[in-house]
Amino acid sequence: MSAEKFQNPVVRWIDHRLPVFSMLDHEKYDYPVPKNLNYMWNFGVLAGLSLAIMIITGIVLAMSYTAHVDYAFDAVERIMRDVNHGWMIRYIHMNAASFFFVVVYIHIFRGLYYGSYKAPRELLWILGVVIFLLMMATAFMGYVLPWGQMSFWGATVITNLFSAIPVVGDSIVTLLWGGFSVDNPTLNRFFSLHYLMPFVIAGVVVLHIIALHRFGSNNPIGIDASGPQDTISFHPYYTMKDMVGIAVFLLLLAMAVFFFPNAMGHPDNYIPANPLQTPAHIVPEWYFLPFYAILRAVPDKLGGVLLMFGAIAVLFVLPWLDRSPVRSARFRPLFRIFFWLLLIDAVVLGYLGGKPADGIYVVLSRIATAWYFLHFLVILPLLSVFETTKPLPKSISEPVLGASKGAA
Amino acid sequence: MAKSDTKKMTASKRPEDPGRRDFIVIATNAMAGLGAVAVAWPLIDQMNPAADTLALANIEVDVSKIAEGQSITVKWRGKPVFIRHRTEDEIARASATDMSDLRDPESDQARAEKPDYLVLVGVCTHLGCVPLGQKTGEVRGDYDGWFCPCHGSHYDTSGRIRKGPAPTNLEVPPYTFLSDSVIRIG
Ligand code: HEM
Ligand code: FES
Repeated sequence: MSAEKFQNPVVRWIDHRLPVFSMLDHEKYDYPVPKNLNYMWNFGVLAGLSLAIMIITGIVLAMSYTAHVDYAFDAVERIMRDVNHGWMIRYIHMNAASFFFVVVYIHIFRGLYYGSYKAPRELLWILGVVIFLLMMATAFMGYVLPWGQMSFWGATVITNLFSAIPVVGDSIVTLLWGGFSVDNPTLNRFFSLHYLMPFVIAGVVVLHIIALHRFGSNNPIGIDASGPQDTISFHPYYTMKDMVGIAVFLLLLAMAVFFFPNAMGHPDNYIPANPLQTPAHIVPEWYFLPFYAILRAVPDKLGGVLLMFGAIAVLFVLPWLDRSPVRSARFRPLFRIFFWLLLIDAVVLGYLGGKPADGIYVVLSRIATAWYFLHFLVILPLLSVFETTKPLPKSISEPVLGASKGAA
Repeated sequence: MAKSDTKKMTASKRPEDPGRRDFIVIATNAMAGLGAVAVAWPLIDQMNPAADTLALANIEVDVSKIAEGQSITVKWRGKPVFIRHRTEDEIARASATDMSDLRDPESDQARAEKPDYLVLVGVCTHLGCVPLGQKTGEVRGDYDGWFCPCHGSHYDTSGRIRKGPAPTNLEVPPYTFLSDSVIRIG
């Protein structure tokens, strides 16, 4: 029935039996997208692109990598020196991991600003937080693979977090290690899981997109499209707009890979792992720093671990903490101020996470941690009740066409 | 169709026993659940230490060559073990400590079989870094024992936690003196 849509007879033959082309076509042309999306809406596609880059470079790296404590470090050095283009492939994998997190953090804050987590997109948001968690687990395990000092001690500190769990904590840690310390069994299973998890992420991304296409994208003014006059088709309009973002993204990634490949890494990871000596100052990868700061802000071991996981857990229940019916911060004057404060707070936490845990840094970490939770658990619920929001436009077209016809 | 028929039958013709079918369904599901757990367990338990890992679990060390006031670090089960030949002063301070000053109260006598030699697992009980204080010249913290640089835990001359985020004392591994100079750890 829909096969007539296609000119190419091969495509038509296949589509009649396996309607993949119809499905793609449907997403591309029939999928209405609000016409007012700004560049913040590029980051979903960029996240997908990052995942694809990670999977492709990762599979290629795995062809020359050896997951064994005696060979892993040398295998990565061999990739860097001897394997054809190995240095480039590894630097892409390393830097694209950081870029992936930059993109996802922007994507998340975009959602926070425009209220994209609100009904009916709660599950879409929750699936996003699940992806974020899986990414963190994947990146953590990937960082262990080169088996440098930071790999080893990062793995030790992070797996030890689970020892804070009462009663069963130590057994869980032994289970994770497969021994009495981070050692060969740990490296092996981390490689196995590091290989697997990106594909699990890809699966959750599919669910994320199914949920997205149920109600379509949110948009900068946060009201639903009232009809065809408010939307345009994804292709060619947003495919083109996404291409612009992709070009900038790839340009910046290439700059990092070719000119500053180690800027976001830690030099100690070029020292082979030594289980008998901890580096003087251990820090996780930059994208974990805000959470690391929260962990260290609490003087109690279990408390620190709980708060750190709690910082992500609040994101899961966010749709029920912020009950304001208005989505976009554009119409929420107070919420907007608090949004920027939260963003600053997150950056400050990130900065503090990279500093030694003493003196003023600890005090500041505590204040910033308190603010983080205050924002989600107290301020947002209160704002939903007490904030006076600005009047919403009647439709997506109104603010544009109503103001000045020429400017549209 | 068949399902609703049976339901009707159970409900109307055997009013004395309405829960019977539910019971069968629940019991079947419970059995299937048990089966799933039984299958999952080996898949999870394979992650625990393997037999050869467990077999490497003890070592022997000659401690007679450690001069007073010096420490050595040996590797046991992949972890550093600190063996310190303590000075008189260190021993005196460790045993004079008031129990009420300790977060994890334990007497020095209970921690060192022979007070001259203190044997500790050199792993911070916070998140597993190796504390400093083994080599001469390293920072040893406010209590002149060991200091963990990762998040700032201070241990005293008996390896007990005094300050910082670590919840418990440095662990004393199981060990025995095979002779005056040789100990077996593990
Ligand atoms: C979500 C996607 C992924 C993320 C966030 C990620 C992250 C990372 C990170 C941070 C490293 C450490 C880089 C370094 O400092 O050297 C790494 C290493 C590695 N990854 Fe991935 N990775 C992903 C996907 C994959 C996939 C699909 C494979 C395929 C097998 C893979 C294979 C490897 C290998 C072999 C290494 C060790 C070589 C090296 O250190 O460069 N990765 N990964
Ligand atoms: S690991 Fe020693 S203080 Fe945290």
